[in-house]
Amino acid sequence: MTNPTQHSALSTQHSALSPQHCLAATGLCLDEPLLWEKGRKGRCACSIPKRDVPTAPLAEHLKGEGPDFPDLSEVEIVRHYTRLSQWNFGVDTGMYPLGSCTMKYNPKINEKLAALPGFAGAHPLLPVELAQGTLQIIHELERDLAEITGMDAVTTQPSAGAQGEMTGILLIHAYHQSKGRHRHKIIVTDTAHGTNPASAALCGYRPVAVASDEHGILTAEAVNAVMDEDTAGIMLTNPNTLGLFEENIKRIAEVVHAKGGLVYCDGANTNATMGIVSMGDVGVDVLHLNLHKTFSTPHGGGGPGSGPVCVRKHLEPFLPVPRVEEKDGAYSLNEDFPRSIGKLHAFQGNFGVLVRAHAYIRTMGAENLKKASELAVLNANYIRERLRDVLHLPYDSRPCMHECVFSDKFQKPLGVSTLDMAKRLIDYGFHPPTIYFPLVVHGAIMIEPTETETKEDLDLFIEAFRAITAEARENPELLRQAPVRARLRRLDETAAARKPCLAG
Amino acid sequence: MRYLPHTPEDVSAMLEAIGLEKIEDLFTPIPEDCRHREPLNLPEPLTEWGLGRLMVSLAEKMAVWPEYKVFMGAGSYGHHAPATLPYLLGRSEFTTAYTPYQPEISQGTLQAIYEYQTLTARLLGMEVSNASLYDGSSALAEALLMAIRITKGRRPGAGDPRGDTESSPSSSLKPQASGLKPQVSSLKPQASSLKPQVSSLKPRVAVSSLVHPHYRRVAETYLTPPGYEIVVLPRLSNGTTDLGALDRIEDLAAVAIQSPNFFGCVEDLGAAAGKAHARQALLVASFTEPLAFGLLKNPGSQGADVACGEGQSLGLQRNYGGPGLGMFATKMKFVRQAPGRLAGKTTDVDGKRGFVFTLSTREQHIRREKATSNVCTNASLCAVNAAMYMASLGGTGIRELARLNYDRSEYLKSALKQAGFAIPFAAPTFNEFVVQLPRKTWRRLLDKKMIAGLPLDPYYPDLADHVLLCATEAYNRPDLDTLVRALSAEC
Repeated sequence: MTNPTQHSALSTQHSALSPQHCLAATGLCLDEPLLWEKGRKGRCACSIPKRDVPTAPLAEHLKGEGPDFPDLSEVEIVRHYTRLSQWNFGVDTGMYPLGSCTMKYNPKINEKLAALPGFAGAHPLLPVELAQGTLQIIHELERDLAEITGMDAVTTQPSAGAQGEMTGILLIHAYHQSKGRHRHKIIVTDTAHGTNPASAALCGYRPVAVASDEHGILTAEAVNAVMDEDTAGIMLTNPNTLGLFEENIKRIAEVVHAKGGLVYCDGANTNATMGIVSMGDVGVDVLHLNLHKTFSTPHGGGGPGSGPVCVRKHLEPFLPVPRVEEKDGAYSLNEDFPRSIGKLHAFQGNFGVLVRAHAYIRTMGAENLKKASELAVLNANYIRERLRDVLHLPYDSRPCMHECVFSDKFQKPLGVSTLDMAKRLIDYGFHPPTIYFPLVVHGAIMIEPTETETKEDLDLFIEAFRAITAEARENPELLRQAPVRARLRRLDETAAARKPCLAG
Repeated sequence: MRYLPHTPEDVSAMLEAIGLEKIEDLFTPIPEDCRHREPLNLPEPLTEWGLGRLMVSLAEKMAVWPEYKVFMGAGSYGHHAPATLPYLLGRSEFTTAYTPYQPEISQGTLQAIYEYQTLTARLLGMEVSNASLYDGSSALAEALLMAIRITKGRRPGAGDPRGDTESSPSSSLKPQASGLKPQVSSLKPQASSLKPQVSSLKPRVAVSSLVHPHYRRVAETYLTPPGYEIVVLPRLSNGTTDLGALDRIEDLAAVAIQSPNFFGCVEDLGAAAGKAHARQALLVASFTEPLAFGLLKNPGSQGADVACGEGQSLGLQRNYGGPGLGMFATKMKFVRQAPGRLAGKTTDVDGKRGFVFTLSTREQHIRREKATSNVCTNASLCAVNAAMYMASLGGTGIRELARLNYDRSEYLKSALKQAGFAIPFAAPTFNEFVVQLPRKTWRRLLDKKMIAGLPLDPYYPDLADHVLLCATEAYNRPDLDTLVRALSAEC
């Protein structure tokens, strides 16, 4: 039965707090039980069509018992999810400077357009002549993404960044196989996202780590030392996860190409380089993008995303099928690519995400995309400059790109960690940055403000972080107890893992 | 530009704080030879209103309800979804958040995902569901890879036989031997012979030819490079999988059966589980239409080790095929080998109930190349969408709706039979079924704005002039009668 305290309207925890340093209102915070702690048998929140056909026979042995779902009314459903939503922090709630995730503003017009009945209601296997609208959008988006990255051809089929990475590695694998080569290793930088080695391993490659230098970037010499003819290529991220541009990329590509390898670039950080860097011209053979990062589609609480893959000409024959083609204004699907790696998605990828990204590019145009990158880089450098006297900046020899990486080196002696500072930011009304990544920086604090934040909001964030570093000296316990102004305080993750309770 | 807030004064003040003169100075780390030489060649920017006009004109080129009657399923189903769903899903606290790295300010997503996992486990009759994967096809590929990990060292000859094999319930559905005419209809039948480098020690998986053809192709994309072999199981004349071929396969890690299968036919998962378990292999039960389990036996009750498939039919829009929802559920004893995120219950330091993502030591951000999968996030918003739908139907509603779906498609099936159309497969079906229909008739119905199913010959060359028809609650009796009349008139 339901515990009556779970229904109490007001969480008393919050009303007792003083609004010290309060940058976000707390207001009402309603408790809400689990779905199956509510409802009464026989309710339904769905209008079920009237039966207008006879009951057809069905063999008893095929019949199941039906699932044990709670029965709820429509208003119970609406309140349930409205309350849950209020426990979340999103980009629309406030600044969300999560490094390498590009939590920029998600335009509302794009939501409206994606919901047009012609798109939202379209069956994926419609005959092509009855699906010209969606095919045109995919075709134009692929064309525009090729132009933005300086690459030759694009597939929008992969469902997410990690699947895009895997697609990239499959393309490299197929390329080598077509040349009769069997290579077993792939070079992965030590600053790489964990999905890089995981994607490589899925394709049967053994990742070989290569370290960046004391300035946080990769040298051609370091790559040369590990590149050999048993190595399929290199996976690097540019700008890298320290927020730095890999300025040796051209020479690195030459080293890799000289031994017959290919260069894969993780384009998660493309928000720094739109209209500025041409990846095709620096020797990158294959690149993935995250439309939910650079191209403004909402992250959805962890998906759905989209991870298009851009390639140079020599990898085009291996792209996933079917490919969207255009001839005299008519769009079609072509399956006839015998060297293709196959399919990554049951249909044409996450079209609902593609249409939003297309709308964004059509709204921005060339000039504003470049300006977005410039302002993203400006915002990151501004934060970096204004926090570097209170936070340790491990790599400081050149401007950063769209994100900056600090560490907790100054706070460690005070008994305060990156986690404590991150949790305290919640009390100040901000989503914390990415923490403890990249792994090469101990206690990393990775801040990516994005271009859509105003100077005023950046200043508030900076002041909050400076206040937290002062608290770390004066009252470190405040930080270790944080957050105290969120709906919940710190959660016991150890207990959750030791005795997993994954369903109610 | 309304998304870019900086005034020239803002930019100057910020540059001054940084100690630079102009924006270009920020980009000095980028060598000249890495740069675009020309401005990007993109179409001119559009206003909000101009964009709206353009997109509406593209959307109008699509054949969708109500202008078109689309009697096509095949992995994407047209069901009614309550108006509450887009309204609640549109709350930007759900849409504009990211994966819940900071649980204290992400309890909305986390509780919603925990509830999704619970409802999914109950629907599929499994012990545990993950937080979701990309779509039904990648969920199948991940399930097969998981089965290969789990059975490593268990396959015959390697010792450590499974001690935990349940005896699976058998049922009388098993077709009689009279119909035994193996008929391999893999989409790319040459694929398995393309891998001369496969050693005989590499595990194999058996996948029914009646698993969605696109799902099989995605599984092939995932499994081929590491050298795993997919053996395609032929079909019986009643439209279900011929399990007899399983007896001849060595080093079997998994058997994948879809039920209801691509032809809509209900498979005997119990018999498949028995065969798989006898060979120390796992039964992977795939699906494209989970609403069926409101009426039919669920995969878990028939001995499935993994139940995975597409959740689009649970209140998601069709969206031209994506985003969908990869549902993935398994037994608790396999959870540490499972791909993807998992939400779990815990408490905060004050003892209040809360939720976190857990068992992350399986995942790529900790294990890197040793992770169970490269999956980073999930299809979170789609999972919440499905949970809202399951909760809106409730236990009472889903039984009623599933029954109505079954009855409507049975009504269509018998009306077509009566009108003289051949229904080639005799096994019981849910929502969709195969019917013999000349391609020219199908074409003529397009002119009447009716899509009379999916022509099957591109997928099953032996089924030229056959289509896969689908009827759900979204089409009422007059709609079905109109379809039958139109088909009869053209034949």
